[in-house]
Amino acid sequence: MATKKAKKEKAKKTEGNGLVRFSINGQSVEAREGWTILETARQQGFDIPTLCFHPAVQPIGSCRLCVVEILQDGRSRVAASCITPVQAGVEVLTHSEEVTNVRRWVLEMLLANCPASRQIRELAKAHGVTSTRFTVEHPEDACLRCGLCTRACDEVVGTRAITMGNRGVFKEVTAPYHRHSEVCIRCGTCLYVCPTGAMEYLFPQVSAP
Amino acid sequence: MEIIRNVAELEGWRESLHAAQDPERLVVRVCLGPGCLALGANKVSQAFQAALKAKRIRARVQPLVKETGCHGFCSQGPLVNVDPFDLFYVKVKPDDAEEIVDTTLARGQAVERLLYSENGTRYRSASEVPFYKMQQKVVLKNVGVIDPLRLEDAIMAGAYRSLAKVLTSMTPDEVIAKVEGSGLRGRGGAGFLTGRKWRFAVENVRKNPGPVYVVGNGDEGDPGAFMDRTLMEGDPHAVLEGMAIGAYALGAHQGFIYVRMEYPLAIRNLGIAIDQARALGLLGENILGTGFNFDIKINRGAGAFVCGEETALIASLEGRVGEPIPRPPYPAEKGLWGRPTIINNVETWANVPLIIDKGAEWYAGLGVPHSTGTKIFSLVGKLRNTGIIEVPMGITLGRIVEEIGGGVPGQDRFKAVQTGGPSGGCIPYELKDTPVDYDSLAKVGSIMGSGGMIVMDQRDCVVDVARYFLHFLEEESCGKCLPCRLGLKSMLEYLDRFAKGQGSQQDIDDLHSLARAIMKGSLCALGGTAPNPILTTIQYFKDEYLAHVVDHKCPAGVCRDLITYSINPELCNGCGLCARTCPQGCISGEKKKPHTIDASACIRCGMCMDECPVGAVLVA
Repeated sequence: MATKKAKKEKAKKTEGNGLVRFSINGQSVEAREGWTILETARQQGFDIPTLCFHPAVQPIGSCRLCVVEILQDGRSRVAASCITPVQAGVEVLTHSEEVTNVRRWVLEMLLANCPASRQIRELAKAHGVTSTRFTVEHPEDACLRCGLCTRACDEVVGTRAITMGNRGVFKEVTAPYHRHSEVCIRCGTCLYVCPTGAMEYLFPQVSAP
Repeated sequence: MEIIRNVAELEGWRESLHAAQDPERLVVRVCLGPGCLALGANKVSQAFQAALKAKRIRARVQPLVKETGCHGFCSQGPLVNVDPFDLFYVKVKPDDAEEIVDTTLARGQAVERLLYSENGTRYRSASEVPFYKMQQKVVLKNVGVIDPLRLEDAIMAGAYRSLAKVLTSMTPDEVIAKVEGSGLRGRGGAGFLTGRKWRFAVENVRKNPGPVYVVGNGDEGDPGAFMDRTLMEGDPHAVLEGMAIGAYALGAHQGFIYVRMEYPLAIRNLGIAIDQARALGLLGENILGTGFNFDIKINRGAGAFVCGEETALIASLEGRVGEPIPRPPYPAEKGLWGRPTIINNVETWANVPLIIDKGAEWYAGLGVPHSTGTKIFSLVGKLRNTGIIEVPMGITLGRIVEEIGGGVPGQDRFKAVQTGGPSGGCIPYELKDTPVDYDSLAKVGSIMGSGGMIVMDQRDCVVDVARYFLHFLEEESCGKCLPCRLGLKSMLEYLDRFAKGQGSQQDIDDLHSLARAIMKGSLCALGGTAPNPILTTIQYFKDEYLAHVVDHKCPAGVCRDLITYSINPELCNGCGLCARTCPQGCISGEKKKPHTIDASACIRCGMCMDECPVGAVLVA
């Protein structure tokens, strides 16, 4: 109890100057209120992998590679750091067993589902995942359906030329009504933000030449 | 009918309705729940009306045929109750109507052959039948009793009394305090304290004034679950009244009920109820002359399971794609159109008027501490008695299955019960003394969920069951986050291999590890709870998994790649029924001599086994 109280008081103190104090992997860090855990961790030099995150668009927490374990009042939860705001007094672990388990499985599934992506192969390798136990159904597929391209098209360019179609395992990047988009201005933002290189072959499918 | 301008007029109307009712009037209550409807209850009701028209019954008032919501005992439908004799008839056919009119309505005697009998005992009244006897109908007290399309019926049963009380004699704070005091927890699945949710929402409104909303979640989509449907169809005014009370507590003027399109009857009945309430000023502007304005709109869901998740439901209500967003912020803080919103399951809403009417202490006295009140379950699967039940929280799983459900026909024990739908866990027979409350179910790895209860017997294979639920969720995943979109598919790959007898012990451990990753890594509760059937079946039935991968056997005789059908020559009497049934024509034998199955042509459909009158077909 005593420690909890002390923590709460500490939290109050830090909130006074607009900063939030918490810890990442045992190291005490400060962040501005409203920052996400990912922003803070990267600013402080902690390595957290991401695919669907880009600072230019709103994060949605799709790829879940950025998950971290958050310890608070003796309870643990795993959350996507790109969409979780900082909170005073919590302990964040970026590479705990639960976290690594999620990341490794996600990467292994991605190897089977985006086999054509060099970027994903490299990221997986960096995390010690070099092969997959799952069936490769579409060898040419590189898209992980994170929607970074459609979000950039909407939020940055403002054209909404492309969209996510269908749902679940059939989810896909497409243009409305599965036609070449006529509002596409061929600015290439989607190509630029795509984390897997999939847009290179998707672009001609969604944009009118 | 004129608009009811104040509480005195409402109570006056209620009294006049009671006074006008003849307590001795003969009433034939026909269940028009979807189960009975499918069995022809509509025609039964018409037959009664025709029979009554044809014969004049000597009574002070002409007998009434009342079409009600679900009576609950679906496996015995179509169900008919005759008041005031309190006679309970099961499996009534249109042709039986005349006899019931002649014997029961005209002479007051029972039609013995239509009474329900179990283990040699014949029951006259529904209240004596074991299926009903163990139940405690509180929320469902009007369902199956009133005609849901007649507001007069609901008013006589006490509808809108609590709303009147709240509007005239309670402050919003007092309403919330009462709900808090009752200990009511959300009936939609997670079991969050309703009062706390309301308090949280109200605090947010104070900090940030502006429009606020209440939402009723009727997007029930679990396979084998139909609690919310029964409630919305059978007593729609209870849901409306609960929402109006919640709106008063929050200061909301607009409510939404989100119902899936696959529930046409629920949508119709709710819509009629809203129109009726509006016409009388029980919804709309200046309700009961108190100056309180509140109206409700029905939103039809397109049938996406994930839209039962509250943030996805809100997205769908707003006209966006039904995909969840991470919480916090919770809807009580930022919900519909970014405003504080109270979103509760329709069953939770229907509990509210009862708490206001009878008091928080009364409610807290039902059930067990921390899980107060009663819960509606849909009891389905390999059971003698199936249907909708309402029981006090804390009753054991075994009592529900064996005493209310009547146990598994032909077997002395059930194998497992899946509670909480596809996101719940599979609880084995050995844990049958587990009390059914939020915390005890969580302890054994399952959830209360919205109240689906699927009972399995020895002929159900746990690998196959886990596959079934996972397949359902794979199709219903919205695909927003990777662990759910790819993880469910990947877990299915493992299970598909096991069902073919492939894989190893290592694979079972890997599947367990993958299941944990998906549970921890998913964005919303759909993915977060999807591994529950796998985790619990591995925990409680690991032997059966091992039998598949190590011995290449399916002990329950379900997984087609691992079983062979054969005929026991000592039992076979050579009737030839199996040979005529077999779609492959691979059963042969001389008349009155033991038959044999050609295993190379057999597709293992099991039709011969179902047909065999002497139980000579074996599966191994």
